[in-house]
Amino acid sequence: MRILIENGTVIDPQQSLDDVRNIYIDSNTIAAVLAPSELSNAPFTRDEAEHVHDAQGQIICPGLVDIHVHFRDPGQEYKETIETGCLAAAYGGFTDVCCMPNTNPINDQPEITKYMIEKARSFGGTRVHPVAAISPDSKGKGLTEMGLLLDAGACGFSDDGQPLSDSQLMRRAMEYARSFDALIISHCEDLKLAAGVMNEGIISTRLGLAGIPNAAESVMVMRDIALCELTGVRLHIAHVSTAQSVEAIKFAKDKGLPVTAETAPHYFTLTDSAVLEYDTHAKMNPPLRTETDREAIRNALAEGVIDAIATDHAPHSELEKNVPFDQAANGIIGLETSLALGLKLVHDKVLTLSQLIEKMSINPAKIVKMPEKRIAKTYPADLTIIDLSMKQTFSAKMFKSKSRNTPFDDWTCMGKVIQTIVDGRLCL
Amino acid sequence: MDHFHQKHILDMASLSKQEIDYIIKTATTLKDISERPIKKVPTLRGKSIIHFFHEPSTRTRTSFEIAAKRMSADTFSISASSSSMTKGETLLDTVNTLQAMNPDIIVMRHSSSGVPHFVSKHLNASVINAGDGMHAHPTQCLLDLMTVSEALGRIKGLKLTIVGDIFHSRVARSNIIGFTKMGAKVTVAAPCTMIPQGIDKMGAHVARTFEDAVTNADIVMALRIQKERQSNFFFPSEREYANFFGLTYERLKSMNKNAFIMHPGPINRGVELSSDLADSPQSLIMKQVSNGLAIRMALLYLLMGGTRNAHSN
Repeated sequence: MRILIENGTVIDPQQSLDDVRNIYIDSNTIAAVLAPSELSNAPFTRDEAEHVHDAQGQIICPGLVDIHVHFRDPGQEYKETIETGCLAAAYGGFTDVCCMPNTNPINDQPEITKYMIEKARSFGGTRVHPVAAISPDSKGKGLTEMGLLLDAGACGFSDDGQPLSDSQLMRRAMEYARSFDALIISHCEDLKLAAGVMNEGIISTRLGLAGIPNAAESVMVMRDIALCELTGVRLHIAHVSTAQSVEAIKFAKDKGLPVTAETAPHYFTLTDSAVLEYDTHAKMNPPLRTETDREAIRNALAEGVIDAIATDHAPHSELEKNVPFDQAANGIIGLETSLALGLKLVHDKVLTLSQLIEKMSINPAKIVKMPEKRIAKTYPADLTIIDLSMKQTFSAKMFKSKSRNTPFDDWTCMGKVIQTIVDGRLCL
Repeated sequence: MDHFHQKHILDMASLSKQEIDYIIKTATTLKDISERPIKKVPTLRGKSIIHFFHEPSTRTRTSFEIAAKRMSADTFSISASSSSMTKGETLLDTVNTLQAMNPDIIVMRHSSSGVPHFVSKHLNASVINAGDGMHAHPTQCLLDLMTVSEALGRIKGLKLTIVGDIFHSRVARSNIIGFTKMGAKVTVAAPCTMIPQGIDKMGAHVARTFEDAVTNADIVMALRIQKERQSNFFFPSEREYANFFGLTYERLKSMNKNAFIMHPGPINRGVELSSDLADSPQSLIMKQVSNGLAIRMALLYLLMGGTRNAHSN
């Protein structure tokens, strides 16, 4: 299909591009990106285009990438399927998502990895890049067949919510992964130390809820950085929530270690006071922290210590969430709120728009070694079109995700995704 | 104040100073019912009260049962083992089922913090929190306030020291909020493992030593030490605890022999509190129990729309 996107402002941080351009898409490839003065070189005319999108007043950026989502397929399809998850992703502006392996069964076999990729492909929208388990069944007792999993399409390895407490196994996993230049994604949590249901502090004490100290995260960030130094593996730290983790990651980067890091919108938007009064939509792991941590996360994004924004999209039904706080499941959905919350950082002057696009597209794509995201001739047509001036009020019941567990219901934000284009296909 | 407007009694933070005073004054006027030969008034005739205890309790449960019966309410009991929750029913389903039977008051105890809040959002009935997890135990705080105010004639300006496992204690949390609100100064003392983060920001002074905490106190309240906390490394042994944080007549004599002693019960005699002290004239422990009954009668009465002076029929 021939698509013409005209009059929009194209922002591509890699080319320092921030100007009005017409984009010509022919089947799955960008055929030309032309300034208003160059339109005589157009590969096809306006009339020859099957779809013309007038992007006057809108911006077009490389397709957004979320490297941390949970689609509950296979196993818990009542919470989310690959179909609903991909649709939610497309509505959030994402052309690519990386699915964590904690499905049922766990993604520790090439067949499951292939199933996820193929299932997403059959819907023709947002692509799925599975993260496979480090250990079979994420039990922490051995290594998965990393080479075969990579061949099947896995983009990295993680035991996610069941992190390896065995440091020797983690060392071996890192060494083995390095043979393939594979990425290890670490959900940093000392499970014994994290024996609580929310951040440890004044709010947990007041509510009488068992707390999780910051050290439960940073102690493992520090361990994994030490093991990264030992093994030389590419290490990615998932969902950073504390000031101490930020310090440790900065230390590792200053040392030149191959460490990258992500945080989630809720960690730079909310604090543990959102848990009052026992709101299970503010329960996640790692937990919402204090204002000091929130500030540290925002600064780390601005300074580049944190490379990427990822949602940790974690769908749960009413059955898991409309229960007493300490029994409620961890996690919130995030795909359909992420960009608008990210844009708040731009409005708050924490990031420039170009930096936000780096954190939500360029950098995450690099971390998992996806094909380069570039708005230029011959590159794949993966684009997100955003109207920055459009106000939207989130309504969870209108979300494409199957689940409704968000603390941002009824929030009003500036900026809305108008179109997501994957491989030259219009997804909205 | 001539009316009580709270629908639920969930925690001390949501009660005003005036409301706390009003509850205690109402309890004081109701006290004599329990001393009459016929210990029953018809005030709550036709009202249904469900006692929903999801955690073992003897004294609080008995106290609520007797309070309701002395006011002539009909009472029903559900415990964790007798409810459908053992068959896998969710709490929300249980609560909706109870609601369909149209009770007036649900008295609720639960091992999870926040459950009475959760339940109150799904019910038309009034909810009284009879203790939830580590969060709150408002009726205990109210009976403690009543007991101190009877024994010392006031709350304002008094110094209350709480010794023991503050970390796990809903009694400590409610008393810190309640006594501070009424103008007392609250100090806590315990091994550092048992002092939760941010307790000072709730208004409690954290004592440097046990001796500092006890020496100037008007009242010393000991909390029960639960043996199972040993397995989570909160303290090494009962012997060690008793040696450094146990209240005995001997230790108190040298530090502050005039202090009143309180304990929410049940007591581990010889661990947090010695028998000679628990049974001494300065112990207010039995008064706490009888005032507990009066406080619970007052709350049932006030939640059902009663006013302070209208009961004397």
